[in-house]
Amino acid sequence: MSLDKATVARIATLARIKVPEADLEALGQELNQILHWVEQLDEVDTTGVEPMTSVAAMTLPLRPDRVTDGDRADDILKNAPNAMHGFFTVPKVVE
Amino acid sequence: MSDFTDLTLATARAGLDARKFSAVELTQAHVDAIEANRGLNAFITETPDKALAMAKASDERLARGEGGVLEGLPIAIKDLFCTKDVLTTAGSHILDGFKPPYESTITQKLWDAGANCLGKLNLDEFAMGSSNMTSHYGPVINPWSAPGGNRQLVPGGSSGGSAASVAARLALAATGTDTGGSIRQPASFCGIVGLKPTYGRCSRWGVVAFASSLDQAGPMTRTVEDAAIMLGVMAGHDPKDSTSAPMAVPDFKAALTGDIRGLRVGIPKEYRVDGMPAEIEALWQQGIDWLKDAGATAVEISLPMTKHALPTYYIIAPAEASANLSRYDGVRFGLRVPGASLDEMYENTRAAGFGAEVKRRVLIGAYVLSAGYYDAYYLKAQRLRTLIARDFEQAFQQCDVILTPTAPSAAFAIGEKMDDPLAMYLNDVFTVPVNLAGLPGISVPAGLSAEGLPLGLQIIGRAFDEETMIRAAGVLETAAAFTATPHSSTQGRA
Repeated sequence: MSLDKATVARIATLARIKVPEADLEALGQELNQILHWVEQLDEVDTTGVEPMTSVAAMTLPLRPDRVTDGDRADDILKNAPNAMHGFFTVPKVVE
Repeated sequence: MSDFTDLTLATARAGLDARKFSAVELTQAHVDAIEANRGLNAFITETPDKALAMAKASDERLARGEGGVLEGLPIAIKDLFCTKDVLTTAGSHILDGFKPPYESTITQKLWDAGANCLGKLNLDEFAMGSSNMTSHYGPVINPWSAPGGNRQLVPGGSSGGSAASVAARLALAATGTDTGGSIRQPASFCGIVGLKPTYGRCSRWGVVAFASSLDQAGPMTRTVEDAAIMLGVMAGHDPKDSTSAPMAVPDFKAALTGDIRGLRVGIPKEYRVDGMPAEIEALWQQGIDWLKDAGATAVEISLPMTKHALPTYYIIAPAEASANLSRYDGVRFGLRVPGASLDEMYENTRAAGFGAEVKRRVLIGAYVLSAGYYDAYYLKAQRLRTLIARDFEQAFQQCDVILTPTAPSAAFAIGEKMDDPLAMYLNDVFTVPVNLAGLPGISVPAGLSAEGLPLGLQIIGRAFDEETMIRAAGVLETAAAFTATPHSSTQGRA
């Protein structure tokens, strides 16, 4: 599989990273080099092998459903590039 | 007393107990050393006032006959750990100005044990790199240089600032994190000890996430004993990290008995990779002989999936990274670059905030997780991961620890391998399989290259058997008697 310019642009959109049109070609080549390299895994027959999602041989524990933290709006907003009236702000999304 | 900075955690702690010097004196010596070595660019943020205030409090506790395991000992923190009200950057432009309103579990444990914080250490951006070259804050310079050589060398990565600061005697010890070798490879390049614990041994809470199923924090020190002491403080169950193991923390230091008679040391035949320098092959053989001389037996083992570990890693780690790094959106913290719409603001922010390697990995990750490719890449890699872990399980039926080189070369020059991501990835050929299998690994400085640069050997242990690994590492350390220090450690090289 080889990435063409349109595919690179689509991935960049999925990843929400702006890539200038002029850079798509070179970036595609870089990504293709890595993808071709990882495709060597195709030579291994993995039929019937369970995919590993975690090395930890344990089931995830449940904690009691209790509120243990809160009332820290100021703490949480402190690092926001633009916070107003106790809210995060973003460019207008609804006209 | 200028040799304050040559102490270890153990000897400095003993000196404080014996009232030979104060924590403030000890810390001031390190603060001065950091100032004199700014040319190494090991620190992103220095916190001398905080360190000295913490040292003063330590002296008061020591005077009352109190004090924790690390009481009064100045250490430094990889800038991937969130530290309350102290700038935390992950080496990235996108976290500009971020001061966490909370403290990571591991750093809190270190402060609770009495350690004091010299500052935050440089690293590859989001820990993605093997040279510290991808940091937004510039490369770290390895305090070692080849005698007669005038090339500045990389310290390895991603914990490059951690390794350089400990090697250059700017901190008694440092924290690191290791996703594919980021503690062990820089430890090898800088001639120090670096220990990656079993996945789940240390809490990841408050550590900036790269690849959550692989990330693990650990100590970087100048002796195996110090690594054991510091790991004892860092380890332990944390309800805030659901993958942290609810297991008791053993006395790692007590494992350093020096007795490895009867220990079976596995030597994986697949690790004799093409093009491995003869001097690394020779050092590996020397390591085998040292352990045999101490009463261990060497057993040839096979890890047939070894050559597939790197490509597996470079699917799984970017996939997890692309998910983890989606939180950097210009809304809640860090950099924001305006845009006409919300999406454009995201895209502009992430384009300006991430460096080239991070973008590459986020894009690869987005691709391998995207509809139509998920099975071919991501699921395939997860199946390979099962096979890689199975290799180790089977090997550990025949041996108790595994001995390998840590890295396929000594430190290379700044700027080298930057135009070829795949060449850079090969640095981690011996370390990545350990992360994929979730096992503990330690790099011990074992010798010098022909150029006079440090080389490490790696010991891999069974899951949650750091003790046997540490015992073997201690024997290796004693036999290697590595006493060389960086040539430039007392002068900045700006």
